[in-house]
Amino acid sequence: MKTNFWRTIEAIIWKDLIVELRNREMLSAMLVFALLVMVIFNFALELQPRMQKELTSGILWVVFSFAGTLGLNRSMAVEKDRGCLDGLLLAPVDRSAIFFGKSISNLILMVIVEAIILPIYNILYSVNLFQPGLIFTILLGSIGYITVGTLLSSMVVQTRSRDIMLPILLFPLVIPVLIAAVKAGAGFLQNAEMAGILPWINLLVIYDIVFLTIAFLVFDSIVEE
Amino acid sequence: MQSKPRLLASLDIVCILLFASATFMVFFYAPLEVVMGMVQKVFYFHVASLWVGMLGFLVGGISGVIFLRTGNHHWDIVGLAAIEISLVFFFIGIVTGSIWARSTWNTWWTWDPRLTSAAIVELIYAAYFILRGGIDEPVRRARYGAIYAILGFVSVPLTFFSIRLFRTIHPVVIGNVNAGSQGTFNMAPMMLQTFIFSLFVFTILFADLLWHRIRLGQLAEDVEQRKLDAFHSQ
Amino acid sequence: MTASPTVVVRNLTKRFGLKSVLRSLDFQAEAGEFIALLGPNGTGKTTFLRILASLTRFTQGDIQINGYRLPAQSALIRQQLGFVSHQPLLYGDLSAIENLQFYGRMYGITGLDARINEILEMVGLLARRSDYVRTYSRGMQQRLSIGRAILHRPALLLFDEPYTGLDQEACNILDVILRKVTASGHTIIMTSHDLARTSQLAARFDVMLFGKIISSFHQEDIPSHNLAEMYEQILVRELETPQEPQRAINQ
Repeated sequence: MKTNFWRTIEAIIWKDLIVELRNREMLSAMLVFALLVMVIFNFALELQPRMQKELTSGILWVVFSFAGTLGLNRSMAVEKDRGCLDGLLLAPVDRSAIFFGKSISNLILMVIVEAIILPIYNILYSVNLFQPGLIFTILLGSIGYITVGTLLSSMVVQTRSRDIMLPILLFPLVIPVLIAAVKAGAGFLQNAEMAGILPWINLLVIYDIVFLTIAFLVFDSIVEE
Repeated sequence: MQSKPRLLASLDIVCILLFASATFMVFFYAPLEVVMGMVQKVFYFHVASLWVGMLGFLVGGISGVIFLRTGNHHWDIVGLAAIEISLVFFFIGIVTGSIWARSTWNTWWTWDPRLTSAAIVELIYAAYFILRGGIDEPVRRARYGAIYAILGFVSVPLTFFSIRLFRTIHPVVIGNVNAGSQGTFNMAPMMLQTFIFSLFVFTILFADLLWHRIRLGQLAEDVEQRKLDAFHSQ
Repeated sequence: MTASPTVVVRNLTKRFGLKSVLRSLDFQAEAGEFIALLGPNGTGKTTFLRILASLTRFTQGDIQINGYRLPAQSALIRQQLGFVSHQPLLYGDLSAIENLQFYGRMYGITGLDARINEILEMVGLLARRSDYVRTYSRGMQQRLSIGRAILHRPALLLFDEPYTGLDQEACNILDVILRKVTASGHTIIMTSHDLARTSQLAARFDVMLFGKIISSFHQEDIPSHNLAEMYEQILVRELETPQEPQRAINQ
């Protein structure tokens, strides 16, 4: 039974990635949207190259969190089509395998988008973003974001007006992630003292653990009637 | 469940009396604060409102958990009632906080942890109702509502701490007094009594309103049941 | 062979909020039986099948499949169970092979490639195996769906209105596949409104009404092989003189 659990997760990830690499719908939509947001910010805030490190972290996270909702919605919508969610539910494993499979594929897609956006931002604004601390922070934050996002999108996909609803439900809940990730990221960019950054990292870790646990407990009730 | 139960009717009266007393205490018993004068009196009901809001939030979260475990529809009504009331009281809390801010710092809004957290909680509640509004099937609506209530409930302490870490200029009236924060004041004994009494009154008020709202929910469900019965016996 | 029946359902009740959809339903299936579940729309057939497939929870009752209990051992039960609904449960952007590979992995099937070829041949889709499922007609999707359902050699098969939306030719092809599947000894429970086809396939017929099974009979019991007539008679009899007062049914 244990191996079945991991096999199911792998199967879901494999399936999602194949489909995505094949038509690249989600990736292109997320990327284009991310770039658009960056452009808009450029004019809205009159950003200059070599700008404040504090601002960078914040803008990156706005870009990521907005683009993220596109991926989340689409990922679950695929399962609604042709009744595929039932297919997943027929897997001879605990339901949480479905959750972990979907969230890991969502996470991979988000990381791919982030990996493309970071160098672009780097070039546009001459800010060195390739610091391990920053990348670690972005990863931690993405995990929290995707965990709650996957949970919510699996609910939202079964309601009316699903596209509008996800951001409304998601953003108030991920505020701790946004704040902590932005502050920790800014701290790393400014080469601040670890003592100042550590509370933020701790917050991220706690958030991730708490919500992963809740997701594990609650996912059954979302997908079963 | 036809007419209002005796106990509830008495509770209503008790509430009205208590509220009147609290108001009296706020205006005539508690002394006038030296620095801020009349505006400081907003404080009593401001904190009490937020306190009730948090109570409702707690009840909503716990009801959510119980509902998921037992599937007993009653708990969905309780959760909905608690969150609905919370929505209103948090709003009152935010507005009174805003009034305070205006007179103390000459700004209608401050981005300090408590006020901001309250605003975010308000948004979570609003989202809760939007979610429920988008689901037609009643059982799923109740289940998803419960799940979101739990998620919201868990996120709030984390949100509060993250904002608090971020900045603070809110008067720290209870707990460590930070000399740097403006608007802090020391509470005279009579103020403390008024404050505690206000908290107490608002808690009773919350219980009263909750009871009413739960009754309302159950009556609505009764109506639904009768409609179904009438339909089937045709 | 096996002494105990494959499926045992006792006192199954399902409520959606205030509505009772299944009321104290009792049901039993022996290994290898092909049972057709008949009944008007809205009578709970789909819900019953979904509950057996562990896709939907139930309020009260006792369900055992091959000795395993729902919901405690639902994962084990799903390993022995295949489900075909009127939706194909297939990914449009994957090919037939890839879809079967996906399901094969979830079920932990060994010798997957050989098995996939076997299945595709059985449902007559070997030629189109590398085409994306979204290019398939509805009939082809339904055939592949059956292949998906039997991929892991489940003991029990559940079919929920499999003929829905299919044209004559597709229905005929489906019949052929169903006969092959029956011949290999699966236990099958199928709901359908297509009485003509059902009467050719099933050995036993259970009629459901208002969330209960009100009648159960075998192929041999049908006078002059006219299932439609017998079914209608049963329904008319039930609806004119209900066995329980309407009020009690609606609690």
